[in-house]
Amino acid sequence: MEAVNLLSSNRYTEKQIGYLFISVLVNSNSELIRLINNAIKNDLASRNPTFMGLALHCIANVGSREMAEAFAGEIPKILVAGDTMDSVKQSAALCLLRLYRTSPDLVPMGDWTSRVVHLLNDQHLGVVTAATSLITTLAQKNPEEFKTSVSLAVSRLSRIVTSASTDLQDYTYYFVPAPWLSVKLLRLLQCYPPPEDPAVRGRLTECLETILNKAQEPPKSKKVQHSNAKNAVLFEAISLIIHHDSEPNLLVRACNQLGQFLQHRETNLRYLALESMCTLASSEFSHEAVKTHIETVINALKTERDVSVRQRAVDLLYAMCDRSNAQQIVAEMLSYLETADYSIREEIVLKVAILAEKYAVDYTWYVDTILNLIRIAGDYVSEEVWYRVIQIVINRDDVQGYAAKTVFEALQAPACHENLVKVGGYILGEFGNLIAGDPRSSPLIQFNLLHSKFHLCSVPTRALLLSTYIKFVNLFPEVKTTIQDVLRSDSQLKNADVELQQRAVEYLRLSTVASTDILATVLEEMPPFPERESSILAKLKKKKGPNTVTDLEDAKRERSADVNGGPEPAPASAASTPSPSADLLGLGAAPPAPVGPPPSSGGLLVDVFSDSPSAVAPLAPGSEDNFARFVCKNNGVLFENQLLQIGLKSEFRQNLGRMFIFYGNKTSTQFLNFTPTLICSDDLQTNLSLQTKPVDPTVDGGAQVQQVVNIECVSDFTEAPVLNIQFRYGGTFQNVSVKLPITLNKFFQPTEMASQDFFQRWKQLSSPQQEVQNIFKAKHPMDTEITKAKIIGFGSALLEDVDPNPANFVGAGIIHTKTTQIGCLLRLEPNLQAQMYRLTLRTSKETVSQRLCELLSEQF
Amino acid sequence: MQFMLLFSRQGKLRLQKWYISLSDKEKKKITRELVQTILARKPKMCNFLEWRDLKIVYKRYASLYFCCAIEDQENELITLEIIHRYVELLDKYFGSVCELDIIFNFEKAYFILDEFLLGGEVQETSKKNVLKAIEQADLLQEVINSNIPRTLLQVILVY
Repeated sequence: MEAVNLLSSNRYTEKQIGYLFISVLVNSNSELIRLINNAIKNDLASRNPTFMGLALHCIANVGSREMAEAFAGEIPKILVAGDTMDSVKQSAALCLLRLYRTSPDLVPMGDWTSRVVHLLNDQHLGVVTAATSLITTLAQKNPEEFKTSVSLAVSRLSRIVTSASTDLQDYTYYFVPAPWLSVKLLRLLQCYPPPEDPAVRGRLTECLETILNKAQEPPKSKKVQHSNAKNAVLFEAISLIIHHDSEPNLLVRACNQLGQFLQHRETNLRYLALESMCTLASSEFSHEAVKTHIETVINALKTERDVSVRQRAVDLLYAMCDRSNAQQIVAEMLSYLETADYSIREEIVLKVAILAEKYAVDYTWYVDTILNLIRIAGDYVSEEVWYRVIQIVINRDDVQGYAAKTVFEALQAPACHENLVKVGGYILGEFGNLIAGDPRSSPLIQFNLLHSKFHLCSVPTRALLLSTYIKFVNLFPEVKTTIQDVLRSDSQLKNADVELQQRAVEYLRLSTVASTDILATVLEEMPPFPERESSILAKLKKKKGPNTVTDLEDAKRERSADVNGGPEPAPASAASTPSPSADLLGLGAAPPAPVGPPPSSGGLLVDVFSDSPSAVAPLAPGSEDNFARFVCKNNGVLFENQLLQIGLKSEFRQNLGRMFIFYGNKTSTQFLNFTPTLICSDDLQTNLSLQTKPVDPTVDGGAQVQQVVNIECVSDFTEAPVLNIQFRYGGTFQNVSVKLPITLNKFFQPTEMASQDFFQRWKQLSSPQQEVQNIFKAKHPMDTEITKAKIIGFGSALLEDVDPNPANFVGAGIIHTKTTQIGCLLRLEPNLQAQMYRLTLRTSKETVSQRLCELLSEQF
Repeated sequence: MQFMLLFSRQGKLRLQKWYISLSDKEKKKITRELVQTILARKPKMCNFLEWRDLKIVYKRYASLYFCCAIEDQENELITLEIIHRYVELLDKYFGSVCELDIIFNFEKAYFILDEFLLGGEVQETSKKNVLKAIEQADLLQEVINSNIPRTLLQVILVY
């Protein structure tokens, strides 16, 4: 209470202490809050800069929601008012930033936003700094509003960077001009893609090059502060270069600069270089350059004394890993694992597992790696890892025997980890027969080996081993009695754990009662697992948060070139992953549906994994009706079922058109392998050219993806293209086809003309081929206004007062194609009593008349 | 910036500035953990480390550790310089600052920090301007004779 009294005092010191008290001890006592807010309001309106400053500081320090409600409207006004002092403007900008961070909805965008952008040009660098921070945060949510700030920021930045050290006087920090402001401006630029205006872009490139050049110059001061400030600007510039990812020479220079830092004396710089290189590694331009530093990085891994730096080195190795150096990197990571800090072991295990699986050319190597992993860091091998190895072994016939043998040998070690027992138990249970021929690994020996570990294991492992035993009963009848004895023993049948007891009892019964056939059917070999997104990758993403290093192949796939014409999905991505089978185990992004002959490795795989592109579902019911609806309109929902909604938005100009197809996932589960394909018959393909870009094959639950189709009408056409969508939902495979409403009338341009012109042309087009007439019954109620709207929607101009009979509708227009332009005239005569229409179409080309007549007849 | 802590070699907290809203319990927990982690690091190690989902930038000046927590996308080196700039400001103001100065004049330290950083962002990068603002405030203080209840200051000190 005292504090609130102090706030309203006019004495500066008392006010100051009052505010300090409030900021340190704020609580949600509503009475006090109201009084405090009142005092603050008075101070803000007081026009005394010191008091305003204090008030703003308090709001910024507390930043509670009530304060935001009270002041969010006031502060922008203070910010852009012409007569506010510079220091108050600074505080107001940052205060607004704080309020925006806590309650973004309470800070509405208004016309103050453009004035804030102009603050970037202010004389006072403090104001510019504060404004930049504010704009950076606001621009992340509303990029459109602040687009103009990009060019201003670039010019400001170039002025700073090229200024001599005496220009900026007090803002020069140890011979580095305005480092904080430079860093902030660079951060602001990272909110936007590279500028489109070539002048601005040129300036920015110059700027960045200057910064890179300065790094090469000898330092102006021995102090560490100078180099820190200089390098801070340098690193931020490198982040911007990586973000833009558009200038290859800048990227390569940045990479080289970082490479130099990798061996710098200062640990800080080595750490930051490793971190920046991680992001650089995912850009395709610089990936090769990054790989050249692999020796340095491995060295760092081995010799660094600082654990944080070693951790970064591991991250970088993971990021730069690709087919050529996978084996080397995995080997290095494994050897590091043996001595690694306990806190980071799990992450390294996950990474090694992912890398091993992804880049395994030879699956025996993969099995070895995983088993090594379990041996070295068994405790940290989470469930997902060994599930995955089991899945892979089961799915690949060729590695099963090798896996069985290796596991058998590994189990013979005196002290083996429980995870190894689990993996071993499972694999021997499935594939023990493959090595049973060898006398050293006869069934009995296998069983004894597993059973020797039995009592050392926890309950879930024992349960798994029991299942293995019953599989042995099926595979090796000779050990049946031994196993039955084991199962019969009291320690199993009367085991305290319910699961074990149940399994023992049931398996015992099964082995005694069932005949060999039934046993064989029940205990048949596990079928291959269906393809799923790797749970390991999901787990790693969860651990590291959403900013994980994205892997190179995903980035490559996203960049893959447009599909030119034709409906087939681009096989370009298939080229970047030479082994189709590795790709099929779909890590990260599911592969596009393979077109052409399926890969020959592993016949089993093909059936399970390749989504056959040849089977196109028949047209979905209601597709014809929907199609008809879209003849006269361009936007709406084309198709909808339980899972998927397809919306359309199209625009046409003369003979060109653009259609946006929106696919909405109505469920809460992801769609995988989402492939929309445009299918045109050969005739249609010559007359209508469709260009589209491939769509992200994974659609999240509740999300919408957009596909753009560029359309060009080469010549008139009659058929419509079919849109076929295939995707996986849950475990089922979905296949939907709808007719895509790209019709000839979309390229219709209305033409106004007077009555005489119309009839003149009408007479000109009087030859029988040019006229098509149709008399049909009205399907919809005959309403004049609706009919007029439909005709206009069809694309034709509705001509009033042309036809002597006012009830008739007359229209005219031109169909634009690449090759020709065809003038069209139409007349629709309704007969209300008979509920029928007579539609006459006259154009200079017979096929056009035919098609337009067909289309239009359906509308009424 | 999310928060800034100053603590001694023995782990005693001298200054704490939070730019995010957290409950008291959480603040204490974070402080405890972080102080332990940083004190455990050897002198030659680099100034940055990852902790939970934040980046921690710290520097040791004589007997005091200055520690800042920043978000993932912020620039670490510039934060290091923010710490250095703050130390310079304190140095200029107190004249050859030492830990005792901060202990006995903590409110001044807070005021200087507030002039320099606001809401977690750098407000004013010109050393002159910051010090000028503080001097003006001091001037106002001396000219006006005030009688602030002593109890209020004691409460803040304890907190």
